[in-house]
Amino acid sequence: MDFSLSKEQQLVQKMYREFAENEVKPLAKKVDAEEYFPAETVKKMAKLGMMGIYFPKEVGGAGGDVLSYVMAVEELSKVCGTTGVIVSAHTSLCAAPIFENGTPEQKEKYLPKLCSGEWVGAFGLTEPGAGTDAQGQQTTAVDMGDHWLLNGSKIFITNAGVADVFIIIAITGIVKDRKGRPTKEISAFIVERNFPGFSVGKPEDKMGIRGSSTCELIMEDCIVPKENLLGAKGKGFALAMKTLDGGRIGIASQALGIAEGALDETVAYVKERKQFGRSIAQFQNTQFELAEMKARVEAAKYLVYAAALKKQQAMDGAKVRYSVEAAEAKLIASRTASDVTRRCVQLFGGYGYTRDYPIERMMRDAKITEIYEGTSEVQLMVISGDMLK
Amino acid sequence: MKAIVCVKQVPDTQGKVAVKPDGTMDRAAMATITNPDDLNAVEAALQLKEETGCEVIVVTMGPPPAEGMLRELMARGADRGVLVSGREFGGSDTFATSQILAAAVNKIGVGPEDIVFCGRQAIDGDTAQVGPQIAEKLHMPQVTYVTEIQKKADGLVVKRMLEDGYMEMKVQTPCLLTCIKELNQPRYMSVPGIFECYAKPLDIFDYNALKDDPLIETDTIGLKGSPTNVYKSFAPPVKGAGMMVESVSQLVGILNDKHLI
Amino acid sequence: MAEYNAMDTAAFKGVWVFCEQREGAIQTISYQLLSEGRKLANDLGVELCGVVMGSEVNEGYVKALGGYGADRVYYIDSPLLKTYTTDGYAKVLCDLVQDKKPEIVLIGATNLGRDLGPRCAARLHTGLTADCTHLDVDVEKYKGFLRETSNIDVENTAFEENTNLKMTRPAFGGHLMATIICPRFRPQMSTVRPGVMQTQPFDEAGMNKVVIEKITPALTAEDIHVQVLDVKKSARKMVDLIGADVVVSVGRGISADPKKGIALAEELAGALGGVVGASRAVTDADWLPSDHQVGQTGKTVHPRIYVALGISGAIQHLAGMQDSETIIAVNKNASAPIFEAATYGVVGDLFKVLPDLIKEIKAIKAAQ
Repeated sequence: MDFSLSKEQQLVQKMYREFAENEVKPLAKKVDAEEYFPAETVKKMAKLGMMGIYFPKEVGGAGGDVLSYVMAVEELSKVCGTTGVIVSAHTSLCAAPIFENGTPEQKEKYLPKLCSGEWVGAFGLTEPGAGTDAQGQQTTAVDMGDHWLLNGSKIFITNAGVADVFIIIAITGIVKDRKGRPTKEISAFIVERNFPGFSVGKPEDKMGIRGSSTCELIMEDCIVPKENLLGAKGKGFALAMKTLDGGRIGIASQALGIAEGALDETVAYVKERKQFGRSIAQFQNTQFELAEMKARVEAAKYLVYAAALKKQQAMDGAKVRYSVEAAEAKLIASRTASDVTRRCVQLFGGYGYTRDYPIERMMRDAKITEIYEGTSEVQLMVISGDMLK
Repeated sequence: MKAIVCVKQVPDTQGKVAVKPDGTMDRAAMATITNPDDLNAVEAALQLKEETGCEVIVVTMGPPPAEGMLRELMARGADRGVLVSGREFGGSDTFATSQILAAAVNKIGVGPEDIVFCGRQAIDGDTAQVGPQIAEKLHMPQVTYVTEIQKKADGLVVKRMLEDGYMEMKVQTPCLLTCIKELNQPRYMSVPGIFECYAKPLDIFDYNALKDDPLIETDTIGLKGSPTNVYKSFAPPVKGAGMMVESVSQLVGILNDKHLI
Repeated sequence: MAEYNAMDTAAFKGVWVFCEQREGAIQTISYQLLSEGRKLANDLGVELCGVVMGSEVNEGYVKALGGYGADRVYYIDSPLLKTYTTDGYAKVLCDLVQDKKPEIVLIGATNLGRDLGPRCAARLHTGLTADCTHLDVDVEKYKGFLRETSNIDVENTAFEENTNLKMTRPAFGGHLMATIICPRFRPQMSTVRPGVMQTQPFDEAGMNKVVIEKITPALTAEDIHVQVLDVKKSARKMVDLIGADVVVSVGRGISADPKKGIALAEELAGALGGVVGASRAVTDADWLPSDHQVGQTGKTVHPRIYVALGISGAIQHLAGMQDSETIIAVNKNASAPIFEAATYGVVGDLFKVLPDLIKEIKAIKAAQ
């Protein structure tokens, strides 16, 4: 696999780095400490085309590629995990399913505004009783003839407090499966924030990515126009799973970025910090820890980039799936992020445990990457399921 | 209407700087950047483009890899680039450089409403000379140290910075402005801009393209022809390290003993 | 260039100093340049001339230039020269140079001098060296300068014997010193950084014997293509770094709390009777306005005491302050290059060191 970056990819990487350093990093502490959603950063990113990186210009995208998108989430997450996931959830979980499954009218209505960042997007699948067990959905959508009526709630929805457009998964009926057993028919809908009967609950008080707006969505007789059914009726579960395949590449990029950012901070710190009359970088324990972490981060990076290239092939029209690659990338990158940030805090010692340094924040931010958009256990199921099919 | 911006790729003197044993700069060992003041010049031109729809052309004199910098500036929004490149131009001092750039601008063509933008000075030489010298060669009015630009129907109203204030002046186009960091905040490259920049036109002006221009004297360009030459160069003096004091009290004691306070 | 040939080097004689005036007041850089120009003129055995442009400049000011070394002053008087314009000043200076043919022209590297110098050099078809910090014509004196400030093995290096002006300036942000010559064309032009050359004591005899030539220039309003609408002093009082006896500068080390860092520096400067300077990092971040910047792209200072707080000592900063008499550095990082240049160094966090330092200095001042 060829990971050498094209000239354009080298330039976007350079731009993301400058942007992250100058615009994102200075806010990261506030974002965490005050659960501050960095709306001004989103505006700036929107202006630079970062809210629709890999979509074609015809739908308002930046005309870039999947790896350029992955690198954006990676570079942002190096300095602020919250900012990374804002872009990831918006792009992978909202703009992507509309781009991949939408009718021409839906694409025309939603993609330009999402890609330009005028609208922020989110995705609602998880429910109080349906997390990993996505079949346990309770939200219903009833065909009322001239509109759909949605009832139910979704929880832990990233970007919920700020999003304008939501992809909502709901039950549209009971059908028989291949063996004749009754089973839930699941469909996807595009729901706008101001649709009647739609509301957003209170934000969660989280361990990490504290500036990310994570809330409950409540639908009480929520009226959704007929034309806002996304994809075919009854194909919502497959749509959700495929969307999550893409989302996992985004989260894997976020995890990768957090790990790399923690390592950057730690390399700088161990050169500065003196114990026993010399910098702690001169101790072999430090050196070996750093080397071990670097190798693991690089391994994760290869998986993440490989998944991105696979998705790119699909974008380019090849009949390939990338579920396994995405699951592998997310599994390894998120575990690496948790492991690396924990070990980095250890190298920082007492200072690492304080909020004077960003490293404990990175450790808290890392943990979520093992949980959302499919826990590590779900990734193991996806990978082994493919092996044993 | 055109905004022609003269830019320079420079070694990053704020970063790691490599000096060879003979006291000259090891340019190859240093990272290169777009000269900071030149980014303000490009930004001024791009803002003018947003206001008037003018064409923005970035021009640089340098070796072939300087194309990379021009592409980055096109990724910020410039419409096309001109790379002035030739062995004959190498080693030019400011006098020689300004002749060559003036000839390049002349070849691009300067219309009655056009503006040539430069950065105030480049961080490798810090001379601030090339802008005014291009203006002189092109017989254009110049305003240096520009901190504000307003486009009016009959020219420009600009503010130029003085050490203790500013001067507000009206200048006719075509004219040349040299820009400083107080003028604006340079934008980033945009993602769509990056994915377009390699498709934008880039012209290369070599020696043959410019040698017959009336603004060029072929015997006062390049290292040999430049009016000024380096007589000697050397590393700046390094003072011996001073005394490290252990405490504030000790420091204040010494300063008091030496009647420094 | 029909009546004027910049290559006929033998036809050019004399050292000129462009004496900048603003609002009728001669700028102090002019005295520094005259003092330096005097030495060059003596070495060459030629006349030193000051050139003043303005409108109804106080004759006493013009005459006083003799007291700083000028043998002759060309005073070009025109209402069109009251306020600086590139077009007006460049035309008058170039016309005069082409007429009188001086071999050296020195201009202060102020915001105006750096506008005028290159415009004139291009028109006069000669070289210009910017922001010089040292000038020599005599090779032996130049060798002496190198012995003191460089690691060049002067005795075993060949030096071409000539009286070309050897113009030394920092390049690459101060990482390199270069001596530049302009052998083929005249005049040899140089802009000189304010605050670098020492002003010699005023000499009354010189003032009394100076020859003033008042000239009315061939300048019309049509020659000037810009219109000055307004000249405004900044509402904020600019900091006088160059004239300050004590400079307390802050660097990136204040980033944890810039406001507090600057407040502490101001308090220390107050206690020592000085002003607050800054490294480029601080002015780039807009924590202080750019007139506070010390260094290669800022101001060159040589105060009695220079205090560097949280400044790592990048060479571009050192270039602007290393000639200070006593340098005190406070930095968290014991290996910061600033300690190489410091007379006294304190390793520590400026936010912790400064309150103690201010307290102790105030206590001593109170006891005095």
